[in-house]
Amino acid sequence: MNKVKVGILGSGNIGTDLMYKIRRSDVLELTTVIGIDPSSDGLKKARDFGYYTIDTGIKGFLENPDLADILFDATSAKAHIRHAKLLKQAGKKVLDLTPAAVGPSVIPPVNIDKHLDADNINLITCGGQATIPIVHAINKVQPVKYAEIVATISSKSAGPGTRANIDEFTETTARGIEEIGGAKKGKAIIILNPAEPPIMMRDTIYCLVENDFVDQKKITQSVKDMVEVVQSYVPGYRLRQEPLFDGNKITVFIEVEGAGDYLPTYSGNLDIMTAAAVKVAEEWAKNMTSKVNV
Amino acid sequence: MGERNILITEVALRDGSHAIRHQYTVDQVVAVAKGLDDANVPYIEVSHGDGLGGSSLQYGLSLTNEMELIEAAVSTVTNAKIAVLLLPGIGTMKELKQAAQLGVKMARIATHVTEADISAQHIAFAKELGLETVGFLMMAHMVPTEKLVEQAKLMESYGADVVYVVDSAGAFLPHEVKERIQALKNSLSIEIGFHGHNNLSLAMANTLAAIEEGATRIDGSIRCLGAGAGNTQTEVLIAVLNRLGINTGIDLYKIMDVAENIVAPILEKPQEITKDGLILGYAGVYSSFLLHAQAASKKFGIDSRDILVELGKRKVVGGQEDMIIDVAAEISKQKQTAHT
Repeated sequence: MNKVKVGILGSGNIGTDLMYKIRRSDVLELTTVIGIDPSSDGLKKARDFGYYTIDTGIKGFLENPDLADILFDATSAKAHIRHAKLLKQAGKKVLDLTPAAVGPSVIPPVNIDKHLDADNINLITCGGQATIPIVHAINKVQPVKYAEIVATISSKSAGPGTRANIDEFTETTARGIEEIGGAKKGKAIIILNPAEPPIMMRDTIYCLVENDFVDQKKITQSVKDMVEVVQSYVPGYRLRQEPLFDGNKITVFIEVEGAGDYLPTYSGNLDIMTAAAVKVAEEWAKNMTSKVNV
Repeated sequence: MGERNILITEVALRDGSHAIRHQYTVDQVVAVAKGLDDANVPYIEVSHGDGLGGSSLQYGLSLTNEMELIEAAVSTVTNAKIAVLLLPGIGTMKELKQAAQLGVKMARIATHVTEADISAQHIAFAKELGLETVGFLMMAHMVPTEKLVEQAKLMESYGADVVYVVDSAGAFLPHEVKERIQALKNSLSIEIGFHGHNNLSLAMANTLAAIEEGATRIDGSIRCLGAGAGNTQTEVLIAVLNRLGINTGIDLYKIMDVAENIVAPILEKPQEITKDGLILGYAGVYSSFLLHAQAASKKFGIDSRDILVELGKRKVVGGQEDMIIDVAAEISKQKQTAHT
C-alpha cells in the first residue's frame, strides 16, 4: 500500500514526539519537519533521522507543497489560524494540535468516521481525549444526563499555553463531553500537581445516568471495550480499578502513561494528544489511498 | 472607631461551606451576612467551598446556586464588601464576571503554591472588572520560603493588590509563618495576608505570628466554621486583638452574638479538633478532604487516618478529592490480600 506523505509544523516537544510516532506508522510517511529555529533540538533530530527540514516556517513549505499531503500543526493557536487558511488554499489536510479549534473536534474512537473528508480537525484537549471515550461508552448503554471529569497532570507537563489560558481547557473539554461524549451537561476540572517525581496523568470520570436502574454489567463491559480501543493507539491508557457504582452515579478512574517516545513517560497528557493525532492521520490516509485505488 | 489596623475577611460562608457539605440556604446566608455587617466586618466571602464553579460531584453539589447566595449577601449588607474565591482550573472568568455583575467587590484568585502562573489571566481580568484582587497561595507549607516568595512576586506582577499565605492543611508552626511573612514583607510592596486552619490548634498562634511580622489582611471563620478543624475563630481573634490594642473595627459583643445565636445553630456539630482533623495538620493534607475521607472510610471499612496519611505521602494537592476514593480502594484491596 502506498504511504501518504506527511509533514510536521513545529519543532518543539509535541512536534518532535510526533516524529517518533509517525516513524512507526505503516500508512504514513514522514517527509518534512518544519520549524523556525534551525538550532532547535527538534530540527536537529529531524536532520539526524534524514528528514527534509525547513527552518523558514510555513512559507518555506508552501514553496515546496508537494512534500506532504497531510500536515500536523504543533505550533500555537494564533499561528494555526494563519496556517489553516494557507494550507486550505494549498489543498492540504491539517491536524490541529493547538487550541485554535478551526475545524471539527475529533475523538478517534467516537466520531472519526464522520470527519474522514474534513480538511482540518482539532483534538479538543488532552483531558477530552482521555475522558470523552468513557462518557460515550456509558452513554451508549444508558443516557448520561451529567458527566464531570477531573484531569490531574504533573506541573511539569503543563506547557505555557495551557497555563496562560486554563479556562480554555475547562470550557473546551466540557463542550466536548456534551457534543461528542453525548452527556446532556458536561463539566471539566483540571488540577496541576507539582510532586517529584512527576505524577502520571490521571482522569476521573463521573457520570449520572438517567434511569434509576443501572445496568452495571453492561456499562462495565462497554467501558472496558472502549479502554481496549483507546489502548490500540495509546498503549499506556488504562483503567486504575473497576468502575464504581453508587445509585445512578458511575465513577471511572483512568491513568495515562506516555509511550516515552520523545516526551517523558509521565506526560501521558501530551502522549495521548500526539497518539490521537497520528491515529486520525492514519484513518485519513487509509481513506485517501482507498479512494485512489478505486 | 478609629482606623482599622487589620482588615478581617470572614470566610464562614465560603470555607465553612465544606463543613456543612455545601448545603447553605439563602436564609442562612442572609442571616449571617446581616449579623456580620452589623458587627462591622469589612469583608465577607461567599462562594462554594472550592470557589466559584466548585459545585460538582468531585467536591460536593451546592444545595443553592452560589450566585443566588452571592446576590442575597450583596443585597443584605450596607457597609461590608462581599468577596468571592476562584480557583483557576475549577471556576472560570465567566463566573467571575457574573459575580462582579451581582455587586461583588473583591476577588480572591487561588492556586496551589507552586502554580501562580495559571492565575495571571484571572487576576488581570478581576482588576479589569474593577475588583480589589487578592492572590491566594494555597498549601503554602509544602514549599520552602524562597519558592513562596517567587510565586507571590508573580501574583504581584499580574496586578494583585494583596497576596495571602494560605495554610490550607493547618500544618504550619508559628516560627514557619513568621519566616514566610517576613520574607514576603521584604520582597513585595503589596499587602500580605494570612489564612490559617486550626488542625494543630495553632490557627490563633500562627495568625498572631503573621500580624507581628506585618500581615495586615487576616481570615477568620466565625465559630470556626471552616474546612477541617476550621479557621482562626473570628470572634476570639477580635477579642485577642482588642487586648493587644490592634483595631479591627469589629464590634466584639456583636460578633460574639452572631457566633452564638446565628452560626452555632447552622453547624451540624460543634467544630472541634477530632482525630481526623488533627491528622490533616499532622500529615499536611488539604483540610477540605476531611468529610470525603470519612465517607470513604465508611464505604471501604478502613481507618480514615490511613487514607489521609497516604494522601500526604503522595503529595496530593488541593482539589484532588478523587484521589481519596482511589487511595481508599487501594488500601482496602491491600488489606484484603494481606488477610488471604
